[in-house]
Amino acid sequence: MEATLPESGAVSGAPPRTRVARRTRSRSARDAWVFVACVAPNVALIIAFIYRPLISNIYYSTLDWSLGDRYATRVGFGNYVQFFTGSDAGTILGTTAIFTIATVGGSMIIGLALSLVLNQRLIGRGFARATVFAPYVLSGVGIGLVWTFIFDPTTGALSDILRGLGLSAPNWFGNPHLTLLMVIIVYVWKNLGYCAVIYLAALQAVPGDVLEAASIDGAGAWNRFWRVTLPLISPTTFFLLLTTILSSLQAFDLLYIISPQGYGTNTLMFATYYQAFQASQAGYSAAISTILFAILLIMTVIQMVLIERRVHYR
Amino acid sequence: MTASILQSPVRPASRRRRVNRSSPAGYVPLILSAAVIVIPLLWMAIGSFKTSDEVVTQRLVLVPSHPSFAAYQTASELVDFPRLFLNSFIVTFVGSLVKIVLAITSAYGLVFVRFPFKRIIFLGILVALMVPSQAALLPNYTFIASLGGVNTYWGIILPGLGTAFGTFLLRQHFLTLPPELLEAAEVDGAGHFTRLTRIVVPVSRPTIATVALVTIVTEWNDYIWPLVITNSQQMMTLPVGLTLLHNTESDPSLYPVMMAGAVLVVLPVLIVFAVLQRQIVAGLTQGAVK
Repeated sequence: MEATLPESGAVSGAPPRTRVARRTRSRSARDAWVFVACVAPNVALIIAFIYRPLISNIYYSTLDWSLGDRYATRVGFGNYVQFFTGSDAGTILGTTAIFTIATVGGSMIIGLALSLVLNQRLIGRGFARATVFAPYVLSGVGIGLVWTFIFDPTTGALSDILRGLGLSAPNWFGNPHLTLLMVIIVYVWKNLGYCAVIYLAALQAVPGDVLEAASIDGAGAWNRFWRVTLPLISPTTFFLLLTTILSSLQAFDLLYIISPQGYGTNTLMFATYYQAFQASQAGYSAAISTILFAILLIMTVIQMVLIERRVHYR
Repeated sequence: MTASILQSPVRPASRRRRVNRSSPAGYVPLILSAAVIVIPLLWMAIGSFKTSDEVVTQRLVLVPSHPSFAAYQTASELVDFPRLFLNSFIVTFVGSLVKIVLAITSAYGLVFVRFPFKRIIFLGILVALMVPSQAALLPNYTFIASLGGVNTYWGIILPGLGTAFGTFLLRQHFLTLPPELLEAAEVDGAGHFTRLTRIVVPVSRPTIATVALVTIVTEWNDYIWPLVITNSQQMMTLPVGLTLLHNTESDPSLYPVMMAGAVLVVLPVLIVFAVLQRQIVAGLTQGAVK
């Protein structure tokens, strides 16, 4: 590249001492403007579209209101009362909990197992690593459509295979528990590569001589894994736990494609969308998303503390 | 990958070897896990070349007997795919470009420009990284709608432009640049703009590319916001338009058409990923915060 600096000639004539003095005085003022020009647009956008909505949501959550209506009725905590005293609290919080625990547990455990496989010196493991990661970057809509096709109770490949084996094909879309299970399977399939790759990096940082020492002391592969490897990669486990919980709580596209009405898959995130944009209960939606936000906030605080720790480790 | 294989006989790898010894049995789980990922994707591609008859049967048709592009044709008759593609392209291109520029300037300001309260401002950006943007759906909708942004490109793009992820990643990178690099330029009288465009950006090209790739992929796949802010087919992005195909027709004979649509939305990212896999994986896992 050319490293010519066009302005460089302009000030070079001035004697060094005065130049520096003049510079430092005017520089801080000029720097302040430069800083504002550099950072303000981004900060303004973040405030307008990330922070402001959090406050608006709390306000909306006190209204009985549907999108497009000019007038709203103040109901105070009415929407929260409706949520916690009605049947929604049980089903929505329950579904959210099951979905989150199952997807986080599933993708972390399978991801860890996969990272152990990928950590061996095998030909083609680079390719396998990329393959396993690929679904993570693909559109949830595309992935949801493919799995809807595979799971179709009459024409799907899975049903064909099950029938071929002499088993009956369940109607995945007819039973809310099966629908939830199906969404969990697809979600884990899409996201386990993320856990696998992060675990793989952690495994590769485990010092070989520690494992060697354990091996000399007579620890078998099983013991080495549970007693040495797993404790050593525990910071990664904590980190993954929190990031995957955060993303599972916000999962939407797969759920919406596979089960558009939220049948069996009515999580907090799904309900936030559905109540506002399909059920015309914007105030209620805002209350649900405020509850979701409160949960995410707790997770975020824990995560921030953890990231701070991670930085100090290095 | 190949490099590590070639190097292994030279390196004193005997220690590690014994720990992760590779036996042929090790290939079974490797192949199995790759297959579990590849087969559904392959099934999508195969499905898109099938005829309705081959899909509707309860018999498993592995390979279509007369592979055809008919499904793609039907898909474009049901939904205006060129238009959806164009919309997705515009939204991804403009959105990513602005985001990357904002990320570069913000990170530069935070690292190289003297200003009080920098730490607090950075903390504010860092926290935004972990605030769920999806929970902001309704207030952002009412705000953009009140400005007349429903079914417009700017309405789709604007709320996502604030970039915490890119700023964070680039800031971390800029902090690793040797200060002498910029001090030299400063002594020569180079202004901030020159330092940014002539020094910081050129030496940070790989990191910027990583941020760009991750941003582009995320923008392309973005779903919930374009879903709520558009209701006219003319303005929908590709993933949103595909939903139309799915929701209006629940007829199983349309599966090839849906698979054709899925291929169209997945393939561009898959190609980019195949070529630039290393950078994308690094971008999404390093910093390790999405």
